[in-house]
Amino acid sequence: MPRLALTTNYAVAHAAKDSDVDVVAAYPITPSTPAAEKLAEFVANGEMDAEYIHVESEHSAASALVGASATGARAFTVTASQGLIYMSEVLYIASGLRLPMVLGVASRALSAPLSIWGDMHDIASLRDAGLMIYFVSSAQEAYDTVIQAFKVAEDPRVHLPAIVDYDGFVLSHVTEPVETIEREEVLKYIPKSITWNVLNPKKPISIGTVGDPDYYYEFKYQQQVAMENALKVAEEADREFERMFGRGYGIIEPYRMDDAEIAMIAYGAHAGTARVAVDKAREKGIKVGLVRLRLWRPFPSEQLKKLLEGISVVGVLDRAMALGGPLQGPVALDVGTLIATRMPDVRLVSFTIGIGQRDVRVEDLVRVAEMLDEISKGKEIPMKTIPIGLRE
Amino acid sequence: MSLKEVGPMQEIRNHMQIPREEYIAGGHSACQGCGHFVIVRHLLKAAGPNTIVVNPTGCLEVVTTVFPYSSWRVPWIHVAFENGGAVASGVEAAIKSLQRKGVLPKDEQINVVVFAGDGGTVDIGFQSLSGMLERGHKVVYVLLDNEAYMNTGIQRSGSTPFGAWTTTTPVGKKWKGEWRVRKDMIQIAVAHHIPYAATINPAYPVDMYNKMVKALKANGPAFLHAYSPCPTGWRFDPSKTIEVARLAVLTGYWVLYEYDHGQYKVNVPVLKRKPVKEFIKLQGRFRHMTEEQVKKLQEIIDQHVEMINKLVGKQVIGPVVE
Repeated sequence: MPRLALTTNYAVAHAAKDSDVDVVAAYPITPSTPAAEKLAEFVANGEMDAEYIHVESEHSAASALVGASATGARAFTVTASQGLIYMSEVLYIASGLRLPMVLGVASRALSAPLSIWGDMHDIASLRDAGLMIYFVSSAQEAYDTVIQAFKVAEDPRVHLPAIVDYDGFVLSHVTEPVETIEREEVLKYIPKSITWNVLNPKKPISIGTVGDPDYYYEFKYQQQVAMENALKVAEEADREFERMFGRGYGIIEPYRMDDAEIAMIAYGAHAGTARVAVDKAREKGIKVGLVRLRLWRPFPSEQLKKLLEGISVVGVLDRAMALGGPLQGPVALDVGTLIATRMPDVRLVSFTIGIGQRDVRVEDLVRVAEMLDEISKGKEIPMKTIPIGLRE
Repeated sequence: MSLKEVGPMQEIRNHMQIPREEYIAGGHSACQGCGHFVIVRHLLKAAGPNTIVVNPTGCLEVVTTVFPYSSWRVPWIHVAFENGGAVASGVEAAIKSLQRKGVLPKDEQINVVVFAGDGGTVDIGFQSLSGMLERGHKVVYVLLDNEAYMNTGIQRSGSTPFGAWTTTTPVGKKWKGEWRVRKDMIQIAVAHHIPYAATINPAYPVDMYNKMVKALKANGPAFLHAYSPCPTGWRFDPSKTIEVARLAVLTGYWVLYEYDHGQYKVNVPVLKRKPVKEFIKLQGRFRHMTEEQVKKLQEIIDQHVEMINKLVGKQVIGPVVE
């Protein structure tokens, strides 16, 4: 396996190349632009045999991907921020049409005020769109996950689009060692086989028809069933990947949870910061563990429930704000639902971190662990989301 | 007169040669007298079975594909309202890529045809169309122009003609129907340096058919601007669709011309034009127009005719003869 020094942007571009993607449609936007440039370079040099569509907007990027995927192509794009929410209309449709396209998203804040810096407001807005959403924590994981995402998306039990989300700048622009896999080996893992319904003159079908009140509900329910299937398929795909290439992640990753009494839940790059904070807090005698969420949609409820058994207080570290909600953390709202319906003895605390790329320091997260510890010992539980790193 | 039918993708000399095969089935729920079906039916006959249709949101989509039914005998996709050009770009790119890789047969032409309305083309889908034309995708984009948003109930679009009543350009104390001049989509398409653009009209089926064949054979994007009378929105009797369509040509309101690899040609010369009032008197949407408004509409048409005569370098559309 070649070992390269790659940013996460370049890692996802390499993954698309090594997955033998047939059609790329991409539009520049910070911080995913370098991935779009790298893909163009691959096609320009003949390293990647794909059609590269220089679309005039992200809306058209998503639309062209839908057209390509509906014709049987393996299709890929990268975007971020305003670009992702501009695509969102079409992404809901891509899911409804059950097309297995894959997107790399270098997550970034949303305007206003204008911010080109990282957080996860963009991806949070697509929570209910019917796409699988992976959060990755390194360039290597981003590379591996793009390949896994095609595996899951194209599985006949799933047939849903997938997003591989990586933190803007913190991951997208940071160079790390990445082991890539030869294309022939990747294609043994994800063989080119059109498993979904496509536009074919030999067998004409109509795609994207009107679903009146007699049928719409059933279509939506089938999407939900596909999402539920995707959970199992994603676990299988990860295990098979590990068998073949020696790297596996699971869909949810525990750290020092075995004897933990309190826990933090984090995702993306800051899960790495949280890991260090857990070690530091442990040195102070706080029995804290960490759960890293790798798959947000579908939500791994059973897996999370199992990990949280015996935990008294859980703090969720979110990088986006669901404004006006009962709590602001989008993942906290999910965890809150799991707790309310399945584990009433666990107490939830919601935190926001790294909004608009506000620095997230190890000591900030050690302080989070201390707060959770105090709450577990009887301190009054805050009913509001606690903003970490906010100026007074 | 030849009675011999020809296969798809070949030009014809008369209507007897139009193939009998149908690629759009009856039983759909379009209004009586809908111009769209005369056009789509003929164009698909010209394209034949090796064709993929991209159909942005609009009347055509909703009346043909209420699940579990479909009128389409060729593969068909609807995605959204404003992205016909982009979806077609993706379909075309996928065909190219999959043909190169041997997944699809290399020597078989698969036509990609967009059927979009005027709202989906001149307004909300304008950017997507522009991108598709500029990038040179080999797609035939057909604008089915019924001059307003008919699917949502007759709202004005950027293609609504001067003077026309719509539900959003109503006739009241201050407003007297549409007061602006519509976009010139052929000129906009040609400005993208595409090989072929033409106007078509269902009252001239042989011309319409042959232009589709030329469009499909063009080495790049082609744009067909189809005039599609709408009895429901224009307020005329559904039996008069072809009559209204023909009068549009005979008055110079709708000039049948083409741009073919740099050359303009008027395909149906009209040496003596009928006055526009002959055309508008059949339609309720123009009923409120004052003499002054009719005069203004006539001037708009005269200017357009003059522009086309200049493009072809001679007077093929003549003056108004009462």
